[in-house]
Amino acid sequence: MDETNKIKFTPETEALMQSIIKRYPEGKHKSALLPLLHLAQMESDGWLSVPVMDRVAEILHLQPIEVYEVASFYSMFHTKPVGKCLIEVCRTSSCWLRGAYDIVAHIENKLGIKDGETTPDGKFTLRTVECLGSCGTAPMFQIGETFYENLTTEKVDKILEENKDRKTHTSYLDHSTFSQR
Amino acid sequence: MERRLLFEHIEVPGIDTYNVYRSKGGYASVEKALKTMTPDAVTEEVKKSGLRGRGGAGFPTGMKWSFLAKPEGVPRYLVCNADESEPGTFKDRYLMEHIPHLLIEGMITSSFALGANTSYIYVRGEFFYIIRILEKAINEAYANGWLGKNILGTGYNLDMYVHPGAGAYICGEETALLESLEGKRGNPRIKPPFPAVKGLYDCPTVVNNVETIAAVVPIVNNGGEAYAAIGIGKSTGTKLISASGHIRKPGVYEIELGVPVEEFIYSDSFCGGMITDKKLKAVVAGGSSVPILPADLILKTTNGEPRLMTYESLADGGFATGTMLGSGGFIVMDETTDIVHNLYTFTRFYHHESCGQCSPCREGTGWMEKILHKILDGHGTKSDIDLLWDIQSKIEGNTICPLGDAAAWPVASAIRHFRSEFESYIAHSGNGIKQAATAQKATVNM
Repeated sequence: MDETNKIKFTPETEALMQSIIKRYPEGKHKSALLPLLHLAQMESDGWLSVPVMDRVAEILHLQPIEVYEVASFYSMFHTKPVGKCLIEVCRTSSCWLRGAYDIVAHIENKLGIKDGETTPDGKFTLRTVECLGSCGTAPMFQIGETFYENLTTEKVDKILEENKDRKTHTSYLDHSTFSQR
Repeated sequence: MERRLLFEHIEVPGIDTYNVYRSKGGYASVEKALKTMTPDAVTEEVKKSGLRGRGGAGFPTGMKWSFLAKPEGVPRYLVCNADESEPGTFKDRYLMEHIPHLLIEGMITSSFALGANTSYIYVRGEFFYIIRILEKAINEAYANGWLGKNILGTGYNLDMYVHPGAGAYICGEETALLESLEGKRGNPRIKPPFPAVKGLYDCPTVVNNVETIAAVVPIVNNGGEAYAAIGIGKSTGTKLISASGHIRKPGVYEIELGVPVEEFIYSDSFCGGMITDKKLKAVVAGGSSVPILPADLILKTTNGEPRLMTYESLADGGFATGTMLGSGGFIVMDETTDIVHNLYTFTRFYHHESCGQCSPCREGTGWMEKILHKILDGHGTKSDIDLLWDIQSKIEGNTICPLGDAAAWPVASAIRHFRSEFESYIAHSGNGIKQAATAQKATVNM
């Protein structure tokens, strides 16, 4: 792809990627694909465009298709743009029992969007997702790395307010998540 | 009362830090194993303990370890399965968040027993804040000489890394997890060969759940026999139970295996009873895949004996009247619960999480979700119940991995025990009955 050349991650990220590749035995660098895609997404407004995935393929000496087929398999990799604040609400049994659908309906009303949509101003994306392993503190949602638990509509309003003027996209991780040894 | 073995020190302030953990006797099992035991002797203690895999399958851990092939010159791996994603289960997350060094310690002792010099902890991607905690704990372990080269001067070397998943329930299946760890889609492998012979990078590998590995610490410290003395029969030791749903005190409880189910639900030491004093209707006792049981069958077996929190007692009666301990994901439902809708959330889950490799699972889970949606939406017909039954029976046993079974069992058990609720929906089809039968304000999201 011609556009590949245009994509470069920051030197800090590229260095972190190289240190993560070293976590796996020689010749098994493909193992680093998931962590590298997470870092690439973190640097690319929360989603993976084709040029971004091509850059990851280049770093790992993989065919681009090996990256695309993995990116499309896992639900945390977003292959389309997302809003600055991505809200992922758990909808499975235990959360459903404790009112998750009320939380979803409240957010939908408040933001004027449906599940899976992004607000026209690009500020929020709402997604319902499958069990996030927070069943004892239901209902809950995840924004980036943070779990918001035992939600009430009042709590949700406060969280939406706090996130309405975000300058950067929410991310599941940052440069300090992985340590370099 | 809880019986705290893994969680003995969990309420000690700062137990997530190395210094506090060490001051409470942390890393003693590593010292004991590396300095005074052979790797085989450690495995022998685990065998004696009767410990069974805590991820859900309940396979004896010591036996799994003894299957590990040991060809000369080929590396062996221990991989920790921290891809906790079975709906209703959140115990591993709790353990890693509050007492991360217990897992690191168990990993070192277990790696020594297996002769592994590199170990990975595969953590579900949604838990990046846990990855942050584990990274810090591993760094502390390196800094204090518990990881790296020549640990405690014994000549044993071990490197340990955390590896993030990226959102896929199927990666909790051990061969899918290994595929994912190799940087691929999480498609389960055909077995045999088993990971013990050909696992990570085609090398002999043991994959164990977080709680299983943590349990190795007290087993080595106190001996396998002491561990086996806890519990009842073949259900030895303690088990972490994740309790959720319509109960007063949701949370993670460490129980001695053998606590009566009734006590677990109603005692103030555990769930504390139903949240609004409504009646108990049903329980999913071991994570979403195990059969749902109505109140009478979860509290007592058909012989009239109290049902106990053990592998054997919960399974008493087979799938006709029993269930499974599974992962210990204990979901409690009160009398207002719409069983058909609850099943819909499970079936939608399995459809979403099917890897798509086997046709019965890929297509069958989708069909079951569609039919349940149709019933909930007020368009069900009488033949739909038989059709659901037929589909689940054709998925079960016909897939490469157990996800197919896991998707089939909730459907079969809901129909078996709550058929009238399906019939009620269908009897009122076309009358806008969608909301009438349910206390939950359910808007069905496709």
